Amino acid sequence: MGGRKLQIALYWGAGCGGCDVAVLDTNEFILDVAALADIRLWPIAVDGKYRDVEEMADGELDLTLFNGAVRNSENEHIARLLRRKSRLLVAFGSCAHMGGIPGLANLATKEEIYDRAYLHNPSIEPGNTTVPLAQTSVNGYSLELPRFYQRVFKLDDVVDVDYYLPGCPPAADQVRAVLEVIVSGVLPPKGSVVGAGDRGLCDECTRTKAEKKIKEFRRPWQIMADPEACLLEQGILCAGPATRSGCGARCPTSSIPCRGCYGPMPGVVDQGAKLLSAVTSVIDSKDPDEIDAILAGLPDFTGYAYRFSLPASLLQRSVRS
Amino acid sequence: MNEDRPTVADLPTVADLPTVADDQTAARVDRPARRAPTGAAGSFQPRIVGFLCNWCSYAGADLAGTSRTPYAASVRVIRVMCSARIDPTFVLKALAEGADGVLICGCHPGDCHYSEGNYKTMRRYPLLKRMLADLGIEDARVRLEWVSASEGQRFADLVDDMTQRLRALGPSRIKTALATDHAER
Ligand code: SF4
Ligand code: SF4
Ligand code: FES
Repeated sequence: MGGRKLQIALYWGAGCGGCDVAVLDTNEFILDVAALADIRLWPIAVDGKYRDVEEMADGELDLTLFNGAVRNSENEHIARLLRRKSRLLVAFGSCAHMGGIPGLANLATKEEIYDRAYLHNPSIEPGNTTVPLAQTSVNGYSLELPRFYQRVFKLDDVVDVDYYLPGCPPAADQVRAVLEVIVSGVLPPKGSVVGAGDRGLCDECTRTKAEKKIKEFRRPWQIMADPEACLLEQGILCAGPATRSGCGARCPTSSIPCRGCYGPMPGVVDQGAKLLSAVTSVIDSKDPDEIDAILAGLPDFTGYAYRFSLPASLLQRSVRS
Repeated sequence: MNEDRPTVADLPTVADLPTVADDQTAARVDRPARRAPTGAAGSFQPRIVGFLCNWCSYAGADLAGTSRTPYAASVRVIRVMCSARIDPTFVLKALAEGADGVLICGCHPGDCHYSEGNYKTMRRYPLLKRMLADLGIEDARVRLEWVSASEGQRFADLVDDMTQRLRALGPSRIKTALATDHAER
């Protein structure tokens, strides 16, 4: 990178802000970043306007870390703008990578979401029918809001992405490792998943697997889980068997089942379908009625299986009309 | 039974899924070859992807063929060694790529050539059906049946029955819906 300071931008689309906090969680390393780089845009931490970005030359930024999914026209507009201005664009965190938690909204239609959020919510005054509109006219002025899309998209549905850094949020040591690689200039092949492992999470998890079968699924709060044994083999739904390693198995290590935020493990196309196979393989029954009764212990399997990856799955969304 | 039987390798790859960069998307969806063929009277002829285990169900379908049992020409059979080989991913992929229905057939419980394979299918299937319902996919589109090597007639009846139900339901919207999502964004 010569003597020139690295020019970087960080941006959030449809996300919760946790990814920005994950960058700050690199602690004093962030000061090294500040010494090595000019942060040209970072809405959560640094002053900077969209206009400043518009005025940059194409390719003027070395790197953009884009977190959040694409839910509305503003998310897409800025994604396209930053793509033009950046040599490298990284989909940072589960939402940019796969749609993330906001992607679960693809189980409902836009109309259902509006109805729930703005029209028939217990906290809304009866008769109040205000919904956000893309265009409104007030006292002769025309006001614009970003257009809310029919569904949620992942970042690479709208722009070309160079690298994917998974996690909700990405683990701080992984963020740091990736930034160091980028500063070094020795880059992995385009399209790589970086800052993660290339095995299944169960490989990284230290809990003991004993090929045990179960007669009942249980929620984590319903039992005192054995601290050593595999959670799934204790009947607790865990996404480890479908998920990529790299986080250090931080959830099962803390007695919390994995929810799959690092995305499908290498070779897996659809994380939810893979989890479905793995989870049903621990059921101890050959009787269809008993199997149904055992499966009733998984009240929202679809939501769990695609917790972070619905827009990146084969079906992407509910097709209910 | 089916001369140009497709294999898993013939299924379109994920790279074929419509993306924004692909401005051919709309054209592809409209390409007649990718549409469900229509019958002589112009009535909708559903396209069913059938995953059949080699040892019982495929032999059953073969018997329907060698016995010249007539049945709807709506099923494209993919032979797998055991129903347990049918990863739920295959079912989702067939639907995403435009199948109007997916038929899964294996040996009757207790008869699996690998002794336990169809019990795996029996455990996966109800959860898969729940997942499909959450994703808005109608009940009649995906079906599991146990078909033995001697049940040629039953296989033929099954395909006819499924074809009729899918006709009543109409073509699957999934593939078009995914393409228009991107176009209408
Ligand atoms: S299923 Fe969960 S608890 Fe069990 S080994 Fe895998 S990650 Fe660990
Ligand atoms: S254990 Fe699972 S949910 Fe937890 S951080 Fe790792 S990948 Fe994400
Ligand atoms: S061989 Fe037919 S179901 Fe296993």
